[in-house]
Amino acid sequence: MADELVLLDFWPSPFGMRVRIALAEKGIKHEYREEDLRNKSALLLQMNPVHKKIPVLIHNGKPVCESLIQVQYIDEVWHDQAPLLPSDPYQRAIARFWADFVDKKIYDHGTKIWRTKGEEQEAGKKEFIECLKLLEGELGDKPYFGGENFGFLDVVLVPFYSWFHAYEKCGNFSIEAECPKLIAWAKRCLQKESVSKSLPDQEKVYGFVLQLKKVFGIE
Amino acid sequence: MAYINAEDQLGDCKQEQVILMATEEVKLLGFWVSPFALRVEWALKIKGVKYEYIEEDIFNKSTLLMELNPVHKKVPVLVHDGKAIAESFVILEYIDEAWKQNPLLPQDPYERALARFWAKFAEEKIFEGAWNALCSRGEEKQKALRQTIEAMAKIEGELEGKQQFFGGESIGYLDIILGWISYCLPVWEEVGSMEILNPIKFPAITAWINRFLNHPVIKDKLPPTDKMLVYFHQRSEALASTANG
Repeated sequence: MADELVLLDFWPSPFGMRVRIALAEKGIKHEYREEDLRNKSALLLQMNPVHKKIPVLIHNGKPVCESLIQVQYIDEVWHDQAPLLPSDPYQRAIARFWADFVDKKIYDHGTKIWRTKGEEQEAGKKEFIECLKLLEGELGDKPYFGGENFGFLDVVLVPFYSWFHAYEKCGNFSIEAECPKLIAWAKRCLQKESVSKSLPDQEKVYGFVLQLKKVFGIE
Repeated sequence: MAYINAEDQLGDCKQEQVILMATEEVKLLGFWVSPFALRVEWALKIKGVKYEYIEEDIFNKSTLLMELNPVHKKVPVLVHDGKAIAESFVILEYIDEAWKQNPLLPQDPYERALARFWAKFAEEKIFEGAWNALCSRGEEKQKALRQTIEAMAKIEGELEGKQQFFGGESIGYLDIILGWISYCLPVWEEVGSMEILNPIKFPAITAWINRFLNHPVIKDKLPPTDKMLVYFHQRSEALASTANG
């Protein structure tokens, strides 16, 4: 019996991008369904009644929610192709630790950059860069966070790169000037088809953010 | 566990060090009242892993803590053979992978995903919610209470039909993550003059709490209630007053 896989997603979501990349890395056939978050489908509400959020991965009718959990699920079920987490428990712990760090810090600080002004925005920019610098330290001289191979933490972080241009325009600063190694890493990731096909164009994301700013009444 | 280099030590061959360790070195930096640190202790005990506990004063952080967890500067930190791991969820998964006996997470990937989902949900909605309710006042407190109780109802739903514990016949990952509810939440309820765990509303959780508290690994390893009451009273006062500026 063939596996049935449906991904409920929303094109600018960095969390959705993580799942797209993981599925592409492993060459897993699936159906992609775009959700309109202002008009959520009955399927989304049924499959994620607790949070009513995307992405939702539906595997043979059973939903898996939360992007880090989804990526680990994909890695465990399709463990023979392109493993994302390393096999050593300590290396896995390091990857999970930094994935947790990304989830706690990057999205929230980044959101402050486009959604606020003045002092709050400046604080958001400062904290955002500090967090990226810590991640740069973790990357070191490795080509990927996963070492020689693209891995779990690369999947977790690289989607935010598609939002960098929007952050830079809204915050009037250059991320590359502060974190050149990280930008080099992101561009290296984008050379992989799984990543380039999963990340939207940065200008498109910026356009989306400008629309959001209108909706929230932020100039 | 012995590490012995295969190279011959006789004659002109390069001398290699022989490192012999009677037990693997496991240390845990904790704080007596931290529910995060206690989770790790429970996990180590379930696995039968010997460890050295090091008490950290989180209001006067040691250089050791700063070195071992420079990113967050928090407890718990597990140190295994010199390698430091932080964040209780991450530590629990590490413990489960480093020591295979008495598995904490289910074997099936879908069941694992569910356990991880509910653990994250409970941490974000119940733990954070109850803490917010404890440390806030007025309308903010009422809102936090309502949201926490709503979230608790979802966990109650998850327990219905389960035999003994979330992990099945024995304590597992989700039991460990939720364990703070059994001994710490009642203290917060008293300090905060609030009710979250109504036994009539939440019969399954109430029964689970009794089983959990009576489990041999759990019952002898709880912080003293009287000390907890004093501690959380002080903390909630301090945090409420800073919130009001």
